[in-house]
Amino acid sequence: MSTDDKTQNGSGLEVDEFSGTETTGHTWDGIKELNTPLPRWWLWTFYATVIWGLAYTVAYPAWPLVSSATKGFLGYSTRGAVEQTIADARAAQSDKISRITELPLEDIKADEDLLRYAVAGGKSAFLVNCSQCHGSGAAGGANYPNLNDDDWLWGGTLEAIETTLKHGIRYSLDEETRVSEMSAFGADEILNREEIEKTAEHVLALAGLDHDAALAAEGAVIFEENCAACHGEAGEGNHELGAPALNDAIWLYGGEREAVISQITKPKHGVMPGWQSRLSPTTIKQLALYVHGLGGGETSAR
Amino acid sequence: MAMAQAGLLAVIALLAMLGAALAHDSQFAIHMGLIAIIALCLAIYRLRTMDVSGKAIPVQADDGGYMDGPVRYGTIATLFWGLAGFLVGVLIAWQLAFPELNLEPYLNFSRLRPLHTSAVIFAFGGNALICTSFYIVQRTSGARLALGNAAWFVFWGYQLFIVLAATGYLLGVTQSMEYAEPEWYIDLWLTVVWVVYLAVFVGTLLKRKEPHIYVANWFFLSFIVTVALLHVVNNLAIPVSLLGSKSYPVFSGVQGALVQWWYAHNAVGFFLTAGFLGMMYYFVPKQVNRPVYSYRLSIVHFWSLIFLYIWAGPHHLHYTALPDWAQTLGMVFSIMLWMPSWGGMINGLMTLSGAWDKLRTDPIIRMMVISIAFYGMSTFEGPMMSIKAVNSLSHYTDWTIGHVHSGALGWNGMISFGAIYFLVPKLWNRERLYSLRYVNWHFWLATIGIVLYASSMWVSGIMQGLMWREYDGLGFLIYSFAESMEAMHPMYIIRALGGVLYLAGALIMAFNIWKTIRGDLRQEIPMGAIQAAE
Repeated sequence: MSTDDKTQNGSGLEVDEFSGTETTGHTWDGIKELNTPLPRWWLWTFYATVIWGLAYTVAYPAWPLVSSATKGFLGYSTRGAVEQTIADARAAQSDKISRITELPLEDIKADEDLLRYAVAGGKSAFLVNCSQCHGSGAAGGANYPNLNDDDWLWGGTLEAIETTLKHGIRYSLDEETRVSEMSAFGADEILNREEIEKTAEHVLALAGLDHDAALAAEGAVIFEENCAACHGEAGEGNHELGAPALNDAIWLYGGEREAVISQITKPKHGVMPGWQSRLSPTTIKQLALYVHGLGGGETSAR
Repeated sequence: MAMAQAGLLAVIALLAMLGAALAHDSQFAIHMGLIAIIALCLAIYRLRTMDVSGKAIPVQADDGGYMDGPVRYGTIATLFWGLAGFLVGVLIAWQLAFPELNLEPYLNFSRLRPLHTSAVIFAFGGNALICTSFYIVQRTSGARLALGNAAWFVFWGYQLFIVLAATGYLLGVTQSMEYAEPEWYIDLWLTVVWVVYLAVFVGTLLKRKEPHIYVANWFFLSFIVTVALLHVVNNLAIPVSLLGSKSYPVFSGVQGALVQWWYAHNAVGFFLTAGFLGMMYYFVPKQVNRPVYSYRLSIVHFWSLIFLYIWAGPHHLHYTALPDWAQTLGMVFSIMLWMPSWGGMINGLMTLSGAWDKLRTDPIIRMMVISIAFYGMSTFEGPMMSIKAVNSLSHYTDWTIGHVHSGALGWNGMISFGAIYFLVPKLWNRERLYSLRYVNWHFWLATIGIVLYASSMWVSGIMQGLMWREYDGLGFLIYSFAESMEAMHPMYIIRALGGVLYLAGALIMAFNIWKTIRGDLRQEIPMGAIQAAE
């Protein structure tokens, strides 16, 4: 824009042709500024936020004083609000919680209404604390037991599950934890590689999987001498010892030939923490009822 | 003079070598070794270029010409670090979607994440700010940069800071404070560089031939001064040893958290908002060739913005151990910040009045307009998210990530791209860019990329927040954390794809800029031209 195009207003300031607004008269590297007034909607919205802000600081804790701060006339505090929410939730649930705390597991199971509540709470606690290993649907995964089936390592009665939950498995911080240790037949040179392979064939045979019948027959002898004490003659397992059943299609550390050989050679020993130091006895009971009800719960002997 | 400089560099090299030899940890040894090599090379270079003729060297007169060397280098550095930062961002986006991509230990998420944030904010954004502020302050003051070669020191000193910070992250050197990860010795170096930057900038303003200081320079000055203050206070720390990389911050607990978020929020406020508004206030009126919409608005929104922003940090600590009164003030100041932020948007967009038709033919203006639009959107979203009730849903979720990226990719990225496209033909004396149609491709790839990024993070973040707080009729939580992760997975893939598009746009820009600097011109149908019917 050349100087000839410039229009000027009464005060001698250049006026922008398009908007009809005067400029401020400043120029920087060719940039000029219009002297447009503040947009009204902008200004009033700004005022409104300031007024709202001031009102808010009167209503809520806001202005710092020497050793405290203004409390606000609503008397709100974050801590107080949380305490109130927790107290309300506790009050709403106190009846059911206290009955779960007091009653034996079997009695809770017999009370349909209470059981529904306990299982819902157990599921919630399971999702927070247990799903990391056992999965959101408790279906387990490689090296972590599936809890939906009826194949239990340490027993599937309500009491057995509760004990496992409380004390854990091979959990060194709990003296009453469940402990068992399968010998490392290969690593400790109790059996040689050939013997282990034969034993593995027998284990596959027990599970009804593809196997070499001749080798399995030889393996059966080794199995009886070394394995049957814990796993049982027919590989049916033993809950007292945490010895897994071998005669079914459910495998903790894998049912492929190589996995079985590996387990006999140098066994894996899974660890589960004991929860009694972290969860209340009531929550543990709810967890036991939830896991028991997943499908494979066993009836108590008594 | 040259002997003295070379001597000083040699002493620095010697000290750094001693530091490397006596270091308590390997990371410190590597960094000191790096400094020793650089100082030694510089010393040798200085001696080799020394004039030994004995004649008096005529002092280079300040001919009043602008000093554009550091601006040219800064433009290239902006582009380079931008590509590096976007690439690492894309990588960590895929890592989040597919954790198998974490390569231990150097390329895992926890080391690459600060590399990404520092690369885009401080390396890409910082270089863009430094080089454009040097360009703008000279043009709008009618004065050459002050203090001789100090601007070169700022440029190279800042690159050294970036290299030390970035290599430190990969080696595991971090003080674990968000956006302030570099350790004490790197912080000290940045402080030196920053003070020189301030001196060059203020010195140039003092030399100005214009009676008034242009609004862009107000914003740049507030950015430089405030960042200096924030950086120094938040990084106050006591090194375990002067020969080791580890230090402990002076502030701890909730005080430490408050100082950290005062720093980090104002890094957003002054680095990513005020500084980039400085860019906007120059490049938008220049590119559209229209006067700035309102001088009065620029004054009022500048002072209200810088006054209010500095108090808003506590909104990052809602529902924490921070006392209620500080939470309230953080929220209230954030809400009052809404209109002051929008003042910049109004001034940017309304500067186009009388020139809106140029959007059809000039993709650089398109880029600037979309950047201001994203600025407006994220400066509304921010105050909204600072409201405690909204924050109780949004905090710790991907909504925050989406918010940051609509601001960073949309506002900071796009205005920087616009500035680079504006600057390069002028800095290298080229008739025009190699291709405006490539700019248009960049524009659309980046815009679609941002939309994919922001919308996927909105969905993911709000879903995540709702799943965390979902109770059943009996009062028990319904979802596990892992289930919320599983639900977010498709959104993570969309986010990564958005990042890929944004990176692709930046690669097109790099090619376009390279061809422009070479002096090539692409034969193409001008933007907006009507093609003849066949």
